[in-house]
Amino acid sequence: MTLNQQRKLKTLITGLFAWFIALLLFFPIFWMFLTSFKTELQAISVPPSLFFEPTLDNFKVVQERSDYLLHAMNSVVTSFGSTIIALIIAVPAAYSMAFFPSKRTKDILLWMLSTKMLPAVGVLVPIYILFRNNGLLDSRLGLIIIFTLMNLPIIIWMLFSYFKDLPKEILEAARMDGASPWGEVVKVVLPLSVGGIASTALLSIILCWNEAFWSLNLTASNAAPLTAMIASYSSPEGLFWAKLSAASTLACAPIVIFGWFCQKQLVQGLTFGAVK
Amino acid sequence: MKSLSKNTVACAISLATAITTANAFADTQITVATVNNGHMIEMQKLTPDFEKANPGIKVKWVTLEESVLRQNVTQDIANKSGLYDVMTIGMYEAPIWGQRGWLQPIDASGDYDEKDILPSIRSGLSYDGTLYGAPFYGESSMIMYRKDLVKNAGMEIHDHDSWDHIRDVAKAVNDPSKGIYGICLRGKAGWGDNMALVTTIANSFGGRWFDENWKPEINSPEWKKAVSFYVDLLSKYGPPGSSSNSFNENLALFNEGKCGMWIDATIAASFVTDPKQSKVADQVAFAQAPQEVTQKGSNWLWAWALAVPVATKHEAAAQKFIRWATSKDYVKLVAKDAGWASVPTGTRESTYQNPAFQKAAVFANAELAAIKSADPKDSTLKPSPYVGVQFASIPEFQAIGTTTGQMISGALAGAMTVEQALDNAQKAAERQMRQAGYY
Repeated sequence: MTLNQQRKLKTLITGLFAWFIALLLFFPIFWMFLTSFKTELQAISVPPSLFFEPTLDNFKVVQERSDYLLHAMNSVVTSFGSTIIALIIAVPAAYSMAFFPSKRTKDILLWMLSTKMLPAVGVLVPIYILFRNNGLLDSRLGLIIIFTLMNLPIIIWMLFSYFKDLPKEILEAARMDGASPWGEVVKVVLPLSVGGIASTALLSIILCWNEAFWSLNLTASNAAPLTAMIASYSSPEGLFWAKLSAASTLACAPIVIFGWFCQKQLVQGLTFGAVK
Repeated sequence: MKSLSKNTVACAISLATAITTANAFADTQITVATVNNGHMIEMQKLTPDFEKANPGIKVKWVTLEESVLRQNVTQDIANKSGLYDVMTIGMYEAPIWGQRGWLQPIDASGDYDEKDILPSIRSGLSYDGTLYGAPFYGESSMIMYRKDLVKNAGMEIHDHDSWDHIRDVAKAVNDPSKGIYGICLRGKAGWGDNMALVTTIANSFGGRWFDENWKPEINSPEWKKAVSFYVDLLSKYGPPGSSSNSFNENLALFNEGKCGMWIDATIAASFVTDPKQSKVADQVAFAQAPQEVTQKGSNWLWAWALAVPVATKHEAAAQKFIRWATSKDYVKLVAKDAGWASVPTGTRESTYQNPAFQKAAVFANAELAAIKSADPKDSTLKPSPYVGVQFASIPEFQAIGTTTGQMISGALAGAMTVEQALDNAQKAAERQMRQAGYY
């Protein structure tokens, strides 16, 4: 076997392996999508049926039973709202830590990350009482606040690492030209790291969209997002697999489509600074 | 002039009162927290009927997964948040929360006909004679079996058969090569999952959760015998992976025609006899739950009920909704909308007396007999201090029941012996009860 053939074979094997992993990861979503078009009896049949007459009944039931638009709007408002607020706080924080580090910067970064190590349920009761006392239970504002706080450490960390990769000389040149700190951020840092900021924002939106713990505990009927709608189709007594799948498909669809359109930014952001 | 002005004032007051009364519920929104099941979905569908009859009251629904519902309503009630005006609670919570003063008594006055509610259900949802939850549907447990398979195996099943006979039938019917298993039972850990069934087996073998002084008796000889029997029966004649099966998994297996027998909630009867869901709908028969040394506590008793938390700001509207949703007229409304086979059962005597229901629901008599025979106040052979058939209505039980369930599920999966499982559960229960100050 020549060296060229060997290389080709290696590429083929790597490609096949990548496809295998991709399909494996995609399979649960595909199965959920497929199940949403089955009847409840088909959904539980063993062996599972791959070919069947598709039905839209489950989607009809979900539309009738749940206020999909309200839940979807709650998800959009809370995910985007909290991401925007978090970015407004995180950009200056990451900028100051990346370009003007102090003795304690590393400790602060680690401390921020350590808040993510605490299980959410550990602070459920105090947060619940705070929310109750301030009238934030079952409100979009309440969810936006909690989502912002939840994602802030990750967003600051990600932005910090993107900003650190920017060449300091560019900032120095801007300063020499008389740029103020604010001007440096707006005119130099942000345009240079737009890919990183986009991928950070997208990640934050996805994390908020999929968040279930706080959504289920702090909302009831008015501010419940799509995750709470999915949970309402789980049943201990009765078969609801097909309807649950339909609800999940409807809940996933907007974020999957949004992610599809933004994948260029996501990949660009994730590989930002990987090769210098 | 003076009298005229007095009259004017009186008129104005009367008018104001009339307007206030007429608009007492104007723009009142009540939030109902509930679980996802067929009966609740039907109720949600029929809610416009209630809203039409009570202009000014709007009903909002929050449907949650059972464990999340329990956590959310406990949080809401303990913190007096007032997020929910009507909550769905079970027979386990109703007396405990009633005792703590967390719930408003149910307004059962006038034409509500409280006496029509089945006595065992009413008693299970009351504390000190006061009803704290209006039953929406009730259930017991019974045997559902395949007439064809049992007959072909040359066996018979009767009401209150012994567990030994049930094992013989399971053995005769069991044919894994054809994908048919003798018996399907709950094995998934949880106080409301495997422990609901295992407690009824333990009861029928003469066991009890606690003695008269609240000392746990989970590793008593009766429990050991009962759990060894259960593990042996399910390991030999049950489907593979039984330790992760609960109601839904067994329902799927039974409807697929893979179970000879299934002992579970009476509510399953309406699913397994529904040709739209079940491949074996025309081959199902029912019998009362098996027993061993006693019939006491051999079938469980459970009800989902609607209750009003004390923190609600709309008590009158909430009570009005509950009276509507658990009334005799509501049952008729469901019958009109979805047919008699779909009405909520296990709550009212009048439902079972209705010939149209008797005709539509082949399981009616078996279900009524099962519910009537369960007595939450007298469910063990030896005297016990607690109320409840498949649970003990004390706050500590949830943790004790779930730990015991995990141990027994572990024994079923082969991770430990039955003796080890029960000894571990006993130790955990003793610690829990001691910490709670029972002894």
